[in-house]
Amino acid sequence: MYEQIASNKRRSWLLIIIFIAVVVLIGYIFGEATFFGPAGVAIAVVIAVAMSFSSYYYSDRIVLSISKARPVEKSEYPHLYNSIEGLSIAAGIPVPKMYVIDDSAPNAFATGRDPKHGAIAVTTGLIEKMDRLELEGVIAHEMSHIKNYDIRMASMTVVLVGIVALLSDWMLRSFFWGGGRRRGGGRGNQGVLFIIVGLAMAILAPIIAQAIRLAVSRQREYLADSSGAMLTRYPPGLASALKKLGDDEEPLAVANKATAHMYIINPLLEHKSKINNLFKTHPPLYDRIKRLDALSLEETTEK
Amino acid sequence: MSTAVVLIILALIVVGVILLYNRLVILRTRVNNAWSQIDVQLRRRYDLIPNLVETVKGYATHEKTLFEEVTQARSNAISAGAVGEQAEAENMLTGTLRSLFAVAENYPDLKANQNFMMLQEELSGTESKIAFARQFYNDTVMNFNAGTQTFPNSVIASLFGFTKRDYFEAEENSRQPINVDFGSAGGTDTAGEGGSPKES
Repeated sequence: MYEQIASNKRRSWLLIIIFIAVVVLIGYIFGEATFFGPAGVAIAVVIAVAMSFSSYYYSDRIVLSISKARPVEKSEYPHLYNSIEGLSIAAGIPVPKMYVIDDSAPNAFATGRDPKHGAIAVTTGLIEKMDRLELEGVIAHEMSHIKNYDIRMASMTVVLVGIVALLSDWMLRSFFWGGGRRRGGGRGNQGVLFIIVGLAMAILAPIIAQAIRLAVSRQREYLADSSGAMLTRYPPGLASALKKLGDDEEPLAVANKATAHMYIINPLLEHKSKINNLFKTHPPLYDRIKRLDALSLEETTEK
Repeated sequence: MSTAVVLIILALIVVGVILLYNRLVILRTRVNNAWSQIDVQLRRRYDLIPNLVETVKGYATHEKTLFEEVTQARSNAISAGAVGEQAEAENMLTGTLRSLFAVAENYPDLKANQNFMMLQEELSGTESKIAFARQFYNDTVMNFNAGTQTFPNSVIASLFGFTKRDYFEAEENSRQPINVDFGSAGGTDTAGEGGSPKES
């Protein structure tokens, strides 16, 4: 269990480092290939950060209202409240606020920029269709997202994607307007090379950036599964919940592409294809269940 | 020239020591915090019990010995001193509570009582939270002990007196299941205690 958690963390950080390296590379090429130069890169960073900042800071309020989640009292859902409070004790974080979405499709998400501002939303469908152990498994998964600062990490990757998108866009525009930047007479050929590479990057970079961002998202989902299993010390709970969720085909009414990534399983119907796997926010269900089952096996054989 | 190098190295060492020391302090604080959190949940359970006894008394008027047992077990647990003593007292209390809930099965009016159902859920939730609090305590102890024993932290730890802490362990006799007459009365089928392996 600890190994799974450690390797998930390592992989996601490796992806982030690769991402930053890619962004720096793109920035460099941008600096060389256009007349904006390095100053342009700085401006792109500032804009991307500024744009993402308020969505990160108010992420909980924004996302909760889009999803029509209503805050509920302990007296309305005592068992849910006790589960959330118990798991927050196991996780060592303050109790996240509890929200309910009135929809029969079973699903749940967590939000909040840090554990002090955590919130967990659960659909009425989830409460009805899951038994105690499964519900605890799902809540433990969501709690782990908060505990592992996944919302913050997702915002970081969004900023990086934003920088890449801006730079690529400006690069393409600058080529339309006036060709590349010429620095001193003797570097004509190098200038052309940078323009060509710059063009290729401008087209491919946003796609690559998204792919990396989604790869990070998938790693953190695996991490939330293993961290959640560690909180409950009972992997079969979440595994069973995922199996039930996988069988339930009903799409969630309030979910759309902007919020789909936060839910425990993808709430939208989607096409099944291999290429698609690169661009999914969540890893395939069967794989998640397989990893959890391996944990259960590990636990029982260690005794 | 070389004195500058020596000074830089010394400065780095000092900074390193400070960072490692602070890390150990943070880990130790978490352990203490986690320990008091267990107490918070235990207190919650103690506070719920008188209300429960009163509610059940209203319906099951003849079960005098049972009520006395529960009340006595509760006082013992509250006044228990050392960790081992307290763990034993807690187990006794859990046992009497299970008997109480088993008896409640005989009284359908009681089972339908709103207050009783609320107390049942609360007690079940609190026992679950006690288990989670103990689990979290053990997690913090694990991190702290690992922190004091790995090199180079071990040097700092022995220099400044950070000693290993003990895990919260289930008492030997509490590993035996507590016998209840009826199947799963009391609703204490929580993931924290039910089918999950306890950390040793």
